[in-house]
Amino acid sequence: MHKIVSGQIDKDEAVKAVNVPTSGAIVTFDGIVRGTSHGKKVLYLEYDAYSEMAESKMEEIVKEIYDKWHLKDIAMVHRTGRLEIGETSVFIAVSAPHRAQAFEACRYAIDRIKKDVPIWKKEVWEGGEEWVGMQSEDN
Amino acid sequence: MKVKLLFFAGFRDVVGSKEIVREIPEGWSVLDLWNDIADRYPKLRGFSKSIMNSVNREYVKPDRALKDGDEVAFIPPVSGGGHA
Repeated sequence: MHKIVSGQIDKDEAVKAVNVPTSGAIVTFDGIVRGTSHGKKVLYLEYDAYSEMAESKMEEIVKEIYDKWHLKDIAMVHRTGRLEIGETSVFIAVSAPHRAQAFEACRYAIDRIKKDVPIWKKEVWEGGEEWVGMQSEDN
Repeated sequence: MKVKLLFFAGFRDVVGSKEIVREIPEGWSVLDLWNDIADRYPKLRGFSKSIMNSVNREYVKPDRALKDGDEVAFIPPVSGGGHA
């Protein structure tokens, strides 16, 4: 299961989706909207995604995990829109027969999502806002 | 020929729309299209080195030749990076 959603992420659904008879361990990653960024108090975040491409990139990550660890029961859900402090922006659940592979593959999944999946966040704070990444080069 | 251009996040704020259709000359590459867009929206020019390009939802190099009906996106830096 891998998808982009606009409402609250159903974590139970994601965990259930990967709980199969061969499961011995399920490792989850719960990405939370943090209330501070570089010393500033963040009011809320807004996420934007190229949803169709993001979902196909997630599918590629699922295939990579299969190639590396022979695991196929993986759930990845990313939320878009306005998110409040403390809410879940991304949730991953990886199931494996044994815990070591589940930990490794879950770490791999979130690192790959952050690097390659076209999803952006805007930080909104008292008196300003900024899309993260847009402050580069001469802008 | 016509291509569809998609804008996200900060680029959408600069361009003021999520999607535009552009008539372009045969033989243009992704880079030709980027240069044309960056001429129209000079605020984007500064991102020439940090963008990624996609055609039909796959990352491509800037020299990729465009075809009629392609869906092109100039991908701003994604929000990943260090502080997870």
